Amino acid sequence: MLRPYAGLEIDGFKLGECLHKGGFATIWDVTHPMYRTPMVMKVPTILDGYDGPTIVGFEVEQMIMPRLTGLHVPRVVAEGDFSVMPYIVTERIPGASLLEYFKTKPRPLSEVVETAARLAAAVHDLHKQHVIHLDLKPDNFVQRVTGEMVCIDFGLSRHDELPDLLAEEFTIPMGTFPYIAPEQILRSRDDLRSDIFALGAMIYELATGRLPFGQPEKLKGARKRLWRAPLPPRAIDRTIPEWLQEIILHALEVDPARRYQSAAQMLFDLTHPGQVKLTERSRKTEADGALTRFRRWRQMRRVKGFAAPHTTSAQINRAAIIMVAVDLSPEMERLAGQLLLAVQRMLNNRPDARVACVNVIKTARIGIDTTTTDEGDHMHVARLVALRTWAESLDLTEDRLTFTILEGSDPARILIDHAETLHVDHIVMGARSHSSTRRFLGSVSSQVVSEASCSVTVIRMPMVAQGAADPDGPAELAEPVPEPATEPAPEPATEPAPALSA
Amino acid sequence: MRIAILTDIHGNREALTAVLADLADRHIDQIAILGDIVGYGPDPDWCTDAVMAMVQAGAFCVMGNHDSAIGNTNEMMNADARRVIDWSRDRLSDGQKAFLAGLPMTEVLDDLMFVHASANHPTDWIYVTSAHKAMPSFRVCGSRAIFCGHVHVPALICCDGGGRVTEQRFVMGMPMPLIRSRRWLAVVGSVGQPRDHNPRASYAVYDMGKNELTFRRVGYDNAATAEKLRKAGLPESLAARLMRGE
Repeated sequence: MLRPYAGLEIDGFKLGECLHKGGFATIWDVTHPMYRTPMVMKVPTILDGYDGPTIVGFEVEQMIMPRLTGLHVPRVVAEGDFSVMPYIVTERIPGASLLEYFKTKPRPLSEVVETAARLAAAVHDLHKQHVIHLDLKPDNFVQRVTGEMVCIDFGLSRHDELPDLLAEEFTIPMGTFPYIAPEQILRSRDDLRSDIFALGAMIYELATGRLPFGQPEKLKGARKRLWRAPLPPRAIDRTIPEWLQEIILHALEVDPARRYQSAAQMLFDLTHPGQVKLTERSRKTEADGALTRFRRWRQMRRVKGFAAPHTTSAQINRAAIIMVAVDLSPEMERLAGQLLLAVQRMLNNRPDARVACVNVIKTARIGIDTTTTDEGDHMHVARLVALRTWAESLDLTEDRLTFTILEGSDPARILIDHAETLHVDHIVMGARSHSSTRRFLGSVSSQVVSEASCSVTVIRMPMVAQGAADPDGPAELAEPVPEPATEPAPEPATEPAPALSA
Repeated sequence: MRIAILTDIHGNREALTAVLADLADRHIDQIAILGDIVGYGPDPDWCTDAVMAMVQAGAFCVMGNHDSAIGNTNEMMNADARRVIDWSRDRLSDGQKAFLAGLPMTEVLDDLMFVHASANHPTDWIYVTSAHKAMPSFRVCGSRAIFCGHVHVPALICCDGGGRVTEQRFVMGMPMPLIRSRRWLAVVGSVGQPRDHNPRASYAVYDMGKNELTFRRVGYDNAATAEKLRKAGLPESLAARLMRGE
């Protein structure tokens, strides 16, 4: 088997400088006459004979990395043949790993929150591609010049549609002790919420300058996190806001079922600090007392594991973010009712879902900005109140419901953009009944259906031919239409509206 | 090059038709048939003709124990299988019988090996039902990937650099990389008589360029096949088996 050295040429790649020499692999700057982009080659350092751990880690990377796409992973250019020299060539992301960045800490609040949000976005992107990283730490992130965080080193990762070569290889827990999740210590390798724990530990570190569980060197030390809660961030620095402590400690819950259920939900809170539901976690200002620790120790010492989700995609689906665009105008009241029913049905099979209720105030394209006037303020508040009233019967706890009033001249565009920033999985909205005007001018819902990157469910009232007698009910029950006559009155029948999923 | 791997058709015309229709849209360059064209099913003649036509068009085919039993009455078989083979023998022309008798035991394509049962002793019709049973195949055969049938239950087994043989979990319909640091043995499920509690026809596609194997399932009109079996007076247990996939 070939060993890498500067100047080596293999499959057209020419090795340049050695950029990094780690325990398991070396990273080389490489060039190729066919490729113009900067690239790096990772070559595992395989000892003579059969070097199980290194080989399996590298095999896992070779399986997983070529399947990943998007800005949050390095693009794979080529892979080497194991019989000659195993390697993976990927694009080179300029800059050092976040390890450098983490050397100066604590960081100011705004920076902590922004970095945390970018990390969460990257991790959610991985999860959506069926991959749980399982070794998230500052060394394994690189930031693109455009700001996106890139996850690197998938040697311990798990793809839920591929065999887990590592599970059969090792019986000891794998990961990096300061960041490893409790269930990983109990040898679980199939819970995406393990990554959320690691994220929590990283944010804790950035905000406080300390590691939440210190730097245990042995498994016995790392195991303590099963019963010993970290010192609350606000006990270290009182300027850390309660909501950030809430987010950090929420992510660091011992039981995965009590953590954020997806990285997108964590990102949601990071980007909506005002709507973070503050619990006891946020108010904690000192370490647990000896008695609490003893109780938790007794409780946890015999725990063998926690229930893990069936698959990564099932978990993401359970913990989906559903955005509901509610039209609160009087003539749409019936439709808003149907919308509510549709959302309730959706929540039945998505027990951890979050619902983001939004309402759009349409402003004139050119003209006075309504929000700057008292009238505008009043409108905002009124809409918010109406939105809350609408959502009351959803019967969701505050931490799973948010309300946002958006405004702009192009409602569809605003809804689509908002859905993108929230990493929404599903948009639910109503459509006004068919009319010839709408057919020619297009409607908000049709624009959202055609342009949104997630699923969209459009709720519509059953159409009644104008002037035709309704066989199911007397025609005089139909509500008068206050708006232009092009809108047919909604049917008085109580049947649920058909849902069109796009 | 993309190879469609079909095995254990077992005289099931409906299943074979459905599989061929499914692979027609999948950019297949080569078809490999791992034997057992006849036996158990009601259409041995039609299926043999179909395979002969495919071979004529460039596909390759190896021999299975049921194909062998047509010309060789000494093959060991259970009573039901024996009954269908005896029934099939009368329905096959001399040309079809000669084709079945002339099939090779193995085929090799680059670093891939195709065989009906096991690679270590193809004529012994060994069932590779576990990692343990796959070990001799890896020891005897030098190919990087071995494709076999015979078991009627799809499975994927690999042998790592240290010689350890383990069975791997896979997701139906998802491409599985057969990473080159290991050697692989894929038991392709049966087209005409699946036995993994899923009555749908089973086959696999191997993409040589991407080095990925995909196991696929295709629904077919198994009630029609079962009805034909009953009409032909063949054992009811075989008809019931098609309906339940066991």
